[in-house]
Amino acid sequence: MAALRAGKTNNEADQPSSPVLRFGPDKPLKLDAGTLLSPFQIAYQTYGTLNDARSNAILVCHALTGDQHVANTNPVTGKPGWWEVLVGPGKIIDTNRFFVICSNVIGGCLGSTGPASTNPATGKPYGLDLPIITIRDMVRAQQMLIDHFGIEKLFCVLGGSMGGMQVLQWASSYPERVFSALPIATGARHSSQNIAFHEVGRQAVMADPDWHGGKYFDYDKRPEKGLAVARMAAHITYLSEAALHRKFGRNLQDREALTFGFDADFQIESYLRHQGMTFVDRFDANSYLYMTRSMDYFDLAADHGGRLADAFAGTKTRFCLVSFTSDWLFPTEESRSIVHALNAAGASVSFVEIETDRGHDAFLLDEPELFAAINGFIGSAARARGLAS
Amino acid sequence: MSVNRDQRVDLEVVANLIPPQSRVLDVGSGDGSLLELLQDTKQVDGRGLELSQRGVNECVARGLSVIQGDADKDLEFYPDKGFDFVVLSQTLQATRNPKLVLDELLRIGNRAIVSFPNFGHWRVRLSLLLNGRMPVTKDLPYSWYDTPNIHFCTIRDFVNLCDELGATVEKATALDANGQKIGLSMPWWFWNFFGQQAVFLLRR
Repeated sequence: MAALRAGKTNNEADQPSSPVLRFGPDKPLKLDAGTLLSPFQIAYQTYGTLNDARSNAILVCHALTGDQHVANTNPVTGKPGWWEVLVGPGKIIDTNRFFVICSNVIGGCLGSTGPASTNPATGKPYGLDLPIITIRDMVRAQQMLIDHFGIEKLFCVLGGSMGGMQVLQWASSYPERVFSALPIATGARHSSQNIAFHEVGRQAVMADPDWHGGKYFDYDKRPEKGLAVARMAAHITYLSEAALHRKFGRNLQDREALTFGFDADFQIESYLRHQGMTFVDRFDANSYLYMTRSMDYFDLAADHGGRLADAFAGTKTRFCLVSFTSDWLFPTEESRSIVHALNAAGASVSFVEIETDRGHDAFLLDEPELFAAINGFIGSAARARGLAS
Repeated sequence: MSVNRDQRVDLEVVANLIPPQSRVLDVGSGDGSLLELLQDTKQVDGRGLELSQRGVNECVARGLSVIQGDADKDLEFYPDKGFDFVVLSQTLQATRNPKLVLDELLRIGNRAIVSFPNFGHWRVRLSLLLNGRMPVTKDLPYSWYDTPNIHFCTIRDFVNLCDELGATVEKATALDANGQKIGLSMPWWFWNFFGQQAVFLLRR
């Protein structure tokens, strides 16, 4: 549980328990903030074997608080990989067949350079001295990782939520390197409401006296209360009203009657507190600020004169978009506007909306219809790519 | 799906109009039968637009490139001449604004292929004449109050609409009740009387 607590924070950040690729001063990462990040490192996991033609590589992009441990036991939490329902031997993303890569994003806290990483200039964690990281920066770094593997064209790039934003950025920035793209439960820009939710989370972190202006490591503290509140608020947005009611209703937590106090009388309160508490054990508070900011700044159309179709002009990539009916972070309309832009760009695109009450987080769950869509899309793309089944 | 699925004898007629490796958009792609047929036999680059989410999800699970959308609303997002062929198979009569939809088809595709049930077929005429009620046949199995087919037309009506839109009929085929093609030499009135379904190849 305490793997990431004060003294040990830097372990996973600097010396991750996964492979790590280090880029020296000769290979800086160009950031949208206008500066260069150097040196920097990318922590990653791979599964399966790259074929001789290097044509079977799939890049999985993780979401806001995800990491590279997509299909192996997480070294911090001891829990299964975050997408093991989908990725693994014999699974829909079959690691017997595909070479699957997942890297911790730049700005993260599980081994890729982020605010918890040691700043070589000071010998202390970067904290807020790290420039703001954008989705495009993350993708630029991933591209350097893909170069390292000698992969010219990825067979597929997929991911949900913030991972989906990276997928869209990949398809837009490097269309010739993406054979197929599968953005799930995402949008081409962060909506005002989503920025609002993120701002609440950030303010909760910053309001915690233990945050110390982002320099909590100097005080051997962590803004755990603030980060927990941020997570609690965010967690609500990952679910839906219907799912919450189905799971918890107004059920009381280990008690027969209301206590007329502010204890966690209701199961939902207890559940959220638990979510908040377990989150702070595995995530760095500053990293949470950077991750949320990267999503807020994402606006693919704005990068192309306000016309989203221009972000995909002339693309040969095969797209499949997926949304969920009860997702109120990235409602179906967000996906549909991407589909319309792809239509206008003449792209090959499939689009599936899945009926579920499980909200935004449905993409991480065992959703048969989601799996059927991914399976059909990956299968037909693999045939088109000449990959034997 | 707006007509009885077993009766889709028009699919092969449509497929025969499309040369291999064409870029095809199937508007109202239903369960993907036509797209699958075209991919298997003609290796086309096929896309679909389908109203029913269930149909779309089935298509995608079968590896077809299909999106959920409405022919009345979503065709505007496609670029001019983005496809060699745009197919509207047994869907025209279910659109809100058939004229606009047809206009869009001719804009998006170099060619448009439209198939529809002929409301001028003698069985339909007879049914209305004798019973005095909206016809319900095995091809058009819906009652007037629950039918998705809100804009029926006859072959002659359709030819008139093509004229109005400045579309050239490159080829037309009428199928009789047994799914057999009606001889080319027959006049329009004959087609309009005995054709149960019609397939038109159009360009502008």
